[in-house]
Amino acid sequence: MAGEFVHQKSRVLILTFIFSESIFFAFLITAFVLYHGRSAGGPDARNTLDPIRTGIYSLILWASSVTVWLSERAMRHLSITRSKRWLEVTILLGGIFLVGQGIEYHGLFAKGMSVETDLFATTFFTTTGFHALHVFIGLIVLLIVRGLTVAGFGQEEYQREGFIAASYYWHFVDAVWVAVFFIFYIWGTR
Amino acid sequence: MSEVPVALPVLRKLQRFEHEGGMLSWVASVDHKQIGILYLVTSLIFFLAGGVEALLMRTQLIVPENRFLNPSLYNQIFTMHGTTMIFLVVVPVLLGLMVYLIPLMIGARDFAFPRLNAFAYWMYALGGLLLYFSFFAHDAPAAGWFAYTPLSEKPYSNLQGMDYWALSLLVVGTGTIATGLNVIATIASMRIKGMSLRHLPLFAWMSLINSFLIVGAMPALNAALVMLLVDRQLQGNFFKPAAGGSPIFWQHVFWNFGHPEVYIMVLPAFGIISEVIPVFSRKVIYGYAVVAGSTVAIALLSFGVWAHHMFAVGLGHFLDLVFAASSMLIAVPTGVKIFNWIATMWGGAIRFTTSMWFAVAFLVMFTIGGLSGVMFAVVPIDWQLTDTYFVVAHMHYVLFGGTAFAVFAGIYYWFPKFSGRMLSERMGKWHFWLTFIGFNLTFMVQHSLGMLGMPRRVFTYPNIHTWKVLNFVSTIGAYILGVSVVVFLWNVIASARQGRTAGDDPWDAWTLEWATSSPPPVHNFDYVPPVRSARPLWDLKHPEDTDWERARKRQRNGR
Ligand SMILES: [Cu+2]
Repeated sequence: MAGEFVHQKSRVLILTFIFSESIFFAFLITAFVLYHGRSAGGPDARNTLDPIRTGIYSLILWASSVTVWLSERAMRHLSITRSKRWLEVTILLGGIFLVGQGIEYHGLFAKGMSVETDLFATTFFTTTGFHALHVFIGLIVLLIVRGLTVAGFGQEEYQREGFIAASYYWHFVDAVWVAVFFIFYIWGTR
Repeated sequence: MSEVPVALPVLRKLQRFEHEGGMLSWVASVDHKQIGILYLVTSLIFFLAGGVEALLMRTQLIVPENRFLNPSLYNQIFTMHGTTMIFLVVVPVLLGLMVYLIPLMIGARDFAFPRLNAFAYWMYALGGLLLYFSFFAHDAPAAGWFAYTPLSEKPYSNLQGMDYWALSLLVVGTGTIATGLNVIATIASMRIKGMSLRHLPLFAWMSLINSFLIVGAMPALNAALVMLLVDRQLQGNFFKPAAGGSPIFWQHVFWNFGHPEVYIMVLPAFGIISEVIPVFSRKVIYGYAVVAGSTVAIALLSFGVWAHHMFAVGLGHFLDLVFAASSMLIAVPTGVKIFNWIATMWGGAIRFTTSMWFAVAFLVMFTIGGLSGVMFAVVPIDWQLTDTYFVVAHMHYVLFGGTAFAVFAGIYYWFPKFSGRMLSERMGKWHFWLTFIGFNLTFMVQHSLGMLGMPRRVFTYPNIHTWKVLNFVSTIGAYILGVSVVVFLWNVIASARQGRTAGDDPWDAWTLEWATSSPPPVHNFDYVPPVRSARPLWDLKHPEDTDWERARKRQRNGR
């Protein structure tokens, strides 16, 4: 086989997938930017979002990018046990972020806010909701990898390649949150 | 990889179906050839459905003030016709050819991700069923294939048709993206030794660029659909003017997908033509690098022309000018290719097989569609003709006269490889001429109808003499097209059973798919000839005059 990426086909696949998904999120975020300031009177980013508290949860999510990298690096060096530990930390951090998201939603619902309230609510719940869905799917993927390590996953090169691809996806989920956090929580509330 | 224990028995059973052959193997298969055939057959079935819808519309329009279909049903039928033909016929039939042919063309055993390949097909099939289920759920969608808001919002489309439409396209689109990703990964990683990007068959080149378009454009559609569904199901406000939302935003997002989609439906057709014309002209393609390079230009430009679908919105003078200019610019790399193909035929020993007839007709029909497209880039002409039958004529010259003719050229060319048998050339000629005459009768007169002011998407029209005559002619043309499809079906079914045996390489062709048996074995190749040029089989058959030696000599003389 002369294809240049014969050993990296999973990476080629996941990187093009990430390219595609980025465009999807770009349109959702564009909707928020376009409609910013059109929710006069109702809830908007400034009077509902808390950049400090969500900022803390954001740091937790971004930290998980570091831990998944440590886990992936350990697997590449065949220290499977260490890889497993860092993977567990990653899953835990991702889980905490989702719980934080749940708490935030709960608070907003308690204030009587929902998707239909106004344009801010529609764009906010749609974008953060789809991001949360991606985090959730990422967690499932990482849990599957963790489950498979019980059965010896990580010994073969293609398995490690698969895990590297999964870790790219996880970095992507965190990168989307960088955009969402700075546009919704910082630019939106300034 | 060790499987999850619970799934093991099911997996074993599926694998057994796959290996034992028979009907069940079609459900369980991850073989790209079987999946390719599934794509082709499924898109043919949807083509028949979309064709029946077209005939219903033309029957309604055969005379003025007809009462054959009521207005609401007419709206449903034109929406279903457009949605079916675009998402369930044209795109998947091209995907089917890509899925079947790409591994063979690059000397691979299968796709990089065979299971993803099967997943993508089944998403398409189930998404298509979801769309058609809307008929049984009381009403089909009726807001047109581009579902402009606020017409597609709850207050104006309050039944479930639009929800089925949006869900179905999400499912189908996800499958399309999956295939696009898989094609990119496959061409990146599975090419045989020697198959450099300068030796890649042009069909594979076009498919590769097409896949980048899919991967870049489909997410815009997905975003639009998600926002529409949030509005409809969760009472969101994305496109609701009352809440400050902008219906124009829908148009921007939708056409960000919609224009690249036009090229998604046409680039693989360019690929087919670039394979068929050289083989039947007995000449190397004229300007291989130009054909590939101009397609890259088309792909990049196609993301910068979307607002030419929105001139009637009133975006302002400046934006209109920008998009008019970019739309004219994109015609250049497209026009260049027409000259490449003509130059390839020039002085060639042309063999007029059915496949070649369709390819030559493609050149003429697509050029007409391309020229009327350039007309629309002129803003005042667009204002005059938008939403008239001129648009219907233009886009059918591109999609039917263009893509469908190319697909027929491809089917006649590769059917021997798929089935091991030749399609009948005699029936093929009948099929070709009926299609050619029927198509031009149906759509040529629609240019005039549009210029005479007949709006599209209306279920009937007043008794004006010219409109009456032209509509009658158009409907007769549509019936002839209907007959041509029957002839084609008959040809396919009869030839698959008792057509002449094809052998490995009935056309004396040059790309790798002809180096294996027809149909190819499950593992595709027992032996792949060395690849040292874009025509490995030519090199194999003419060791005294190989492409690569000639290229080397030319290089040496150049220095
Ligand atoms: Cu366009």
